[in-house]
Amino acid sequence: MVVPLEHVIALSMILFSIGVLGVLFRRNAITIFMSIELMLNAVNLALVGFSRYYNSVDGQVFVFLVMTLAAAEVAVGLAIIIALYRNRQTVNIDEINLMKN
Amino acid sequence: MFTSIFFYFLASIAIASAIFVVLNRNAVYSAIALVLCFFSLAVIYLLLEAYVIAVLEVFIYAGAIMVLFLFVIMLLNLGLEDAFPYFRHLQRALSLFMVGLFFVGIFLIMFNEQGILHQPGEKFSAGDIYALGEALFSKYLLPFEVASLLLLVALIGTVYLAKRKI
Amino acid sequence: MDISQFFTSADLFGIAPEIILTVTALSVLTLEMLHVSRPGIILMVAALGLFLAGALAINTSGDEQILFGGMLVLNRFSVFFDFLYITIGLLTLIFSQGYLEKRGSASRGEYPALILFAIIGMMLMTRANDLVIVFLGLELLSLSLYILVGFLRHDQLSNESGLKYLLLGAFATGFFLFGAALTYGAAGTTNYNGIVTAITNNTILSDTYLFLGIGLLLIGFAFKVALVPFHMWSPDVYQGAPTTVTGFLCTAPKAAGFGALIILFNRAFVDIHYQWQDIFWILSAMTMTIGNISALIQHNVKRMLAFSSVSHAGFLIMGILVLNETSISAVLFYLVVYSVVNLGAFAIVSAAEQEERGLNLKDYRGLAAQHPWLSAAMTIFMLSLAGFPPTAGFVAKFGLFSAAVSQGYIGLVIIAVLNTLISIYYYLRLVVNMYMQKEESTLILSYKMLAIVFVGLIAIMMIILGITPGYLLEIVTEAASTVA
Repeated sequence: MVVPLEHVIALSMILFSIGVLGVLFRRNAITIFMSIELMLNAVNLALVGFSRYYNSVDGQVFVFLVMTLAAAEVAVGLAIIIALYRNRQTVNIDEINLMKN
Repeated sequence: MFTSIFFYFLASIAIASAIFVVLNRNAVYSAIALVLCFFSLAVIYLLLEAYVIAVLEVFIYAGAIMVLFLFVIMLLNLGLEDAFPYFRHLQRALSLFMVGLFFVGIFLIMFNEQGILHQPGEKFSAGDIYALGEALFSKYLLPFEVASLLLLVALIGTVYLAKRKI
Repeated sequence: MDISQFFTSADLFGIAPEIILTVTALSVLTLEMLHVSRPGIILMVAALGLFLAGALAINTSGDEQILFGGMLVLNRFSVFFDFLYITIGLLTLIFSQGYLEKRGSASRGEYPALILFAIIGMMLMTRANDLVIVFLGLELLSLSLYILVGFLRHDQLSNESGLKYLLLGAFATGFFLFGAALTYGAAGTTNYNGIVTAITNNTILSDTYLFLGIGLLLIGFAFKVALVPFHMWSPDVYQGAPTTVTGFLCTAPKAAGFGALIILFNRAFVDIHYQWQDIFWILSAMTMTIGNISALIQHNVKRMLAFSSVSHAGFLIMGILVLNETSISAVLFYLVVYSVVNLGAFAIVSAAEQEERGLNLKDYRGLAAQHPWLSAAMTIFMLSLAGFPPTAGFVAKFGLFSAAVSQGYIGLVIIAVLNTLISIYYYLRLVVNMYMQKEESTLILSYKMLAIVFVGLIAIMMIILGITPGYLLEIVTEAASTVA
């Protein structure tokens, strides 16, 4: 592969930024969650790129652990969303605001 | 030459599908676009010679996580999300500023190339299952065990929160 | 490959507290599965496990130990934090029993189990010598907390704050991870010693990566310990969570977050800490001011305490700004006082909370007439949080401020003192409400004797520590000397 490392990292940063924007602008809890997955994937890409650059396995082990976390987080997150939906019939975070001063 | 063109092709697919995920109002379409994004990332991992990670990307992200997402979307029977994104708080403006900063960082990096990923004659061996397995069970033994605790907590939590009657 | 390089029996002894806690958590879950219906037994087993873990943590408090080939470092600093977590966990379990019975989920074994898992995560965070371990510890803590916050699964408020906490927590994790990835890219390793070597030998791949990496790590931490401008989740989450979980949530993760930050900046980024001082200065000033001003206008006790905890985080950041032995020991002292006092205050709030009322400041009117001792304890807690002499809160604030003054941060200390003065208003508002006359139905219907005894003990301890802080000061100085 003749692509410079910087371009891999740049791709990862662009994906990360798109993920951040998704979290900030979307109102649907599930889509927000998907944007977070996008952020985590950007992290993975950066780690793989650096691992390739340093010719070391450390970055890839990190990716492995990030994937474990992503799976765990998604499972818990979707369980919370289901519990909430059961009580409220909505996943729009603008409608989810019972708490005020 | 071919691989680098292929990389940029995949990168543009990944970016386009990521933008689609964020812009689309239908959660199902977003999920499918995200799967496409994950697939193109998996192929990029192959180009980076991270074979195990490429396989795991397809298995875990595209296979397990996105199926879970689609399952929940179908279960909850979500409609279209209302009107598209708008600014509400100062916070969002701040965050946008931060994302802008990121793009500045990207340009800085783009015009400052120094990392070459492929030296002629270099052998890259960190991407195969032997290297990864050896690292996981020696240097990364403790993180590996803690990851199992992480999954256990997720298991407990999911059963507790989502089960109708316990 | 020689496995003994990475794993020996010494490593196993080193993580004995974590192992004990895991086994305890599993046995608690098993007891639950076997339908042991008396909630007391489950809590007792969990408390026993915590005691045992604490006893084993003492054993390892000798010299500095490096475990798992540089993944963990055990020293007095980490042992100090282990004890802090165990104390917080024990107090939370004691205070939770009555509250959970009131909310109808007393016999659930998941509750103590998740608290134990959270404690394991926090222990790993302050023992870590590698970004991978900090990451895993942080996530173990966060995942347990997401579930604990949404623990009352038929309560809409609890659901809602669980979701909010999860979304923002996962968002923060993204920042943290990207920061860790870029730091790895800059230094070529995630190990703290490796990062230090790379920075001192100037073998950093690119300063841009390192700068962005540290910044993003900091944003991740700022979310987790609720620093302004990343604190917006905290009032909602603190309000909606089960009250005893709120007490846990505003003490333990803050302690762990600050402990990990101290290690990170004092070990890995020690050579470039000075570049970040302006950022810490601004974070500190903003966090304490905005936290305090928001707390002024709250009528809900939980929200008020939430914003107050935001402002306390601002004070604590001062210690990381200065980052020498004096300031670290001041932070440790502050964390102990702040954690214990907050747990006590939340214990009283959870006893007072009822279906429709008990959370508004007005509901506390006339409490002093019905429960003079509890009100006295609450008064001591509030005075301690505000930093009045002769409570321990005064000693804590004084230590932190003088550490900052001695390094020349006069401006920041003036802001901090002004903030302390503002904070007196809202802390005393609760006290004044308690001592106001009002003939209404009793606020606290029932309480557990054990919990009340512990609330009293904490109150007495705060006064004793305020008058003779010497013993605790000695411990924190010793703990701080191993990292500074």
